[in-house]
Amino acid sequence: MSELKCIHGKADCFYEHYERKGEAQHQTHYCPGCGHGIAHKLLAESIDELGIRDRVILVSPVGCSVFLYYYFDVGNVQVAHGRAPAVATALKRAHPEAIVISYQGDGDLAAIGSAEILHAANRGENYTSIFINNAIYGMTGGQMAPTTLMGNRTTTTPFGRNVFNDGYPLHVSEVIATLEAPTYVERAALGNTKQILQAKKAIKKALETQMKGLGFSMVEILSPCPTIWKMDPVDAQKHVREGLAAVYPLGAKRDRTKEAEPRPAHIPAPALEELPRILKLDKGSDAAMPAHHETVDFRVKVAGFGGQGVLLLGQLLAEAGMDYGLEVSWLPSYGPEMRSGTSNCHVRLSNKPVDSPFVSSPNVLIALNEPSLRKFISTVEPGGLVFYNGTAIPADCVRADLRMHPIPFFAVADELGSTKVGNIVVLGALLSATGVLPLEVVDHALPRVVKAEKWIEIDRQALRRGASLLCPEVPVHV
Amino acid sequence: MPKQLIKGNEALVKGAVLAGCRAFYGYPITPANEIAESAAVYIPQAGGVFLQAESEVAAINMVYGGASAGVRTMTASSGPGMSLMCEGISYIAGAELPCVIANIMRGGPGLGNIAPEQSDYFQAVKGGGHGCYHALVLAPASAQEMCDLTFLGFDLADKYRNPVIVLADGCLGQMMEPVEFPTTPRAPRTPEWAVDGTAATRPNLISSIYLQPDDLEKHILKLEAKYKRAHVEETRWENYRTDDAELVFVGYGIVARILKSVVEKLRMQGIKAGLLRPITLYPFPAPELRRLAGQAQQFFVVEMSTGQMVEDVRLAVEGRRPVEFYGRCGGNIPTAEEIVEEVFAHV
Repeated sequence: MSELKCIHGKADCFYEHYERKGEAQHQTHYCPGCGHGIAHKLLAESIDELGIRDRVILVSPVGCSVFLYYYFDVGNVQVAHGRAPAVATALKRAHPEAIVISYQGDGDLAAIGSAEILHAANRGENYTSIFINNAIYGMTGGQMAPTTLMGNRTTTTPFGRNVFNDGYPLHVSEVIATLEAPTYVERAALGNTKQILQAKKAIKKALETQMKGLGFSMVEILSPCPTIWKMDPVDAQKHVREGLAAVYPLGAKRDRTKEAEPRPAHIPAPALEELPRILKLDKGSDAAMPAHHETVDFRVKVAGFGGQGVLLLGQLLAEAGMDYGLEVSWLPSYGPEMRSGTSNCHVRLSNKPVDSPFVSSPNVLIALNEPSLRKFISTVEPGGLVFYNGTAIPADCVRADLRMHPIPFFAVADELGSTKVGNIVVLGALLSATGVLPLEVVDHALPRVVKAEKWIEIDRQALRRGASLLCPEVPVHV
Repeated sequence: MPKQLIKGNEALVKGAVLAGCRAFYGYPITPANEIAESAAVYIPQAGGVFLQAESEVAAINMVYGGASAGVRTMTASSGPGMSLMCEGISYIAGAELPCVIANIMRGGPGLGNIAPEQSDYFQAVKGGGHGCYHALVLAPASAQEMCDLTFLGFDLADKYRNPVIVLADGCLGQMMEPVEFPTTPRAPRTPEWAVDGTAATRPNLISSIYLQPDDLEKHILKLEAKYKRAHVEETRWENYRTDDAELVFVGYGIVARILKSVVEKLRMQGIKAGLLRPITLYPFPAPELRRLAGQAQQFFVVEMSTGQMVEDVRLAVEGRRPVEFYGRCGGNIPTAEEIVEEVFAHV
């Protein structure tokens, strides 16, 4: 035997034995005349010839070829029905040097997985899709596929595929070829030796496209299914040539392999030491003071129109409180409320850990408009403080058990040159009325909340103007 | 590292990156969007992949792919999106892949609304998808825990080769609190079982198929053994003033924060109240509840649902003590005051 050379043997990247078959490990689990065996062989030979076996990750589908991984001695990932393109996308993104190949049938790729294949192709994912089209669901016993020909009887089209009930055969390769991103899409067939050899060329070209980093490649293979078609293998091959290929024309549907640019190279990951900078972890409070021991229990509700700076006012108070060594929380209203033009937030400042971040009975209410005052005035705790943006508290909202400060904060802000800083004027008034934080602590926190340099100076002025409003020499309407 | 006043959703992403997460696959849904949006900023800068998928179905299968490749991978979603992901989570558990999934719960069923609820407890804790599996479920109650439990989640996912769900809600996601970030980031490394397109990992196979009943039974029992181990090693909870408590509240997430206020209010009125806050919802702190049943007179469960976790509390207490329930749903958040009223009405 030693002088004999094997010129047509088993591909190296096939396993020696097919464990799936139990006692008959020299056989495949496919039916006689099935196209999967041929397609597997073409793919295995192509992998061998390109010398990429160690780099290959093969994605097995659901369908007759679910056990692809019993044949291919490569890295294997078996996935859910239809989802191979999504899984292949992530495998390739994780390891751009790997050669990722998905293998799917027509039910898998063209029906349940139609969204995944369309979008993977449209992103130009640099993997190779092998699409076996035998126009039928094989493993589940012969139901209609999206690619089943018109008039064909299947177990779920017992009177033949009817356009008014079932629509038309889906031309997947043609659909994919309309997209801009795909680099190479060809339809091949397994109807005779010539077609088989062409199919192998297409598979190899698709793999080379991926190896060069040129983007998405797909080979659709029209494939015989003698068992479900109820044909002998010879007739089944004839049906591939004359039946399927007549509806699904063979050939390249898209070939940009010459002009396509390689996808950009993977950017190397930064060193771990870079993470705090990348995550902006160094941008936090740098003025934290020792924890407070005197009792602070500030439960603040800020409410007003969207655009009045309600959320920013609350956030600035929380930021400054944190710097001052207090425990803080800030909770905005969100969702539909946000879009109705009103806005509110809950702020807590405490010398103890904050239990609930919700402020259901505030001891400070900042109402920047009348609807907010009306909505929340009844919830304020007796003895609480109310800041209202207006010249007078509406008569029916006056409560004798509260300290109420109606001040036209935004008119005051106008005098400073910008209505926008009305919210900061309020904060100044709040701080001077309560003494909970020194103004300088807010000054220090400001740049973390207000990004634009030009506003920070105006905000500092507004804070001081607000603080002066409650000084004895300034009349306050109480 | 200085403290940062930061939204829970953003703290979660920073915790993930520090835990070595280098792949995020997501699909837009309120109120989880800030997670994907933060991931889109930070993960590519950290050398990872961010991709907006065409659906939650695709996103969770991309997570399957990323995890198969040995990358610490995550996604985030909410109610309707989580329902779509359940198929993929079942495959991930079946194939023993690690990943972290954040569910920022919203109101359901159906489209429901985008306000906070805790109505996905059953889905997260009892399985959600098909087959005998569990995700490990962590329930943060602060912005700090949004970070810390996500960080822990990646370690647990790897340790058990199992999906981990961080079960939060819109309040925790939107709320800003001071957070101190972990100072020792995890370096990404490829586990030996992964498939990464190299000669060393060529023999590896990621799969959830076991065609022979005996093989599948063996696999399921192996998963079950992991869950039993997690019960022993990973059950986490917080006791708040339970030492002498006669009335023990049980609540998780944002509700537990409100219940702390309730405990304080009741204590001021002379009622010995305490709180057991499960931090892991699966494994559930049943042994601690059984222990407390020896001391407490009564349990009071509060959830933002019509009552899901309460079933596990009742199982744990084994009928030895009465277990009352109060729930709000539809996106309504119970106030401390209304819970106190309920207590006086029913206890």
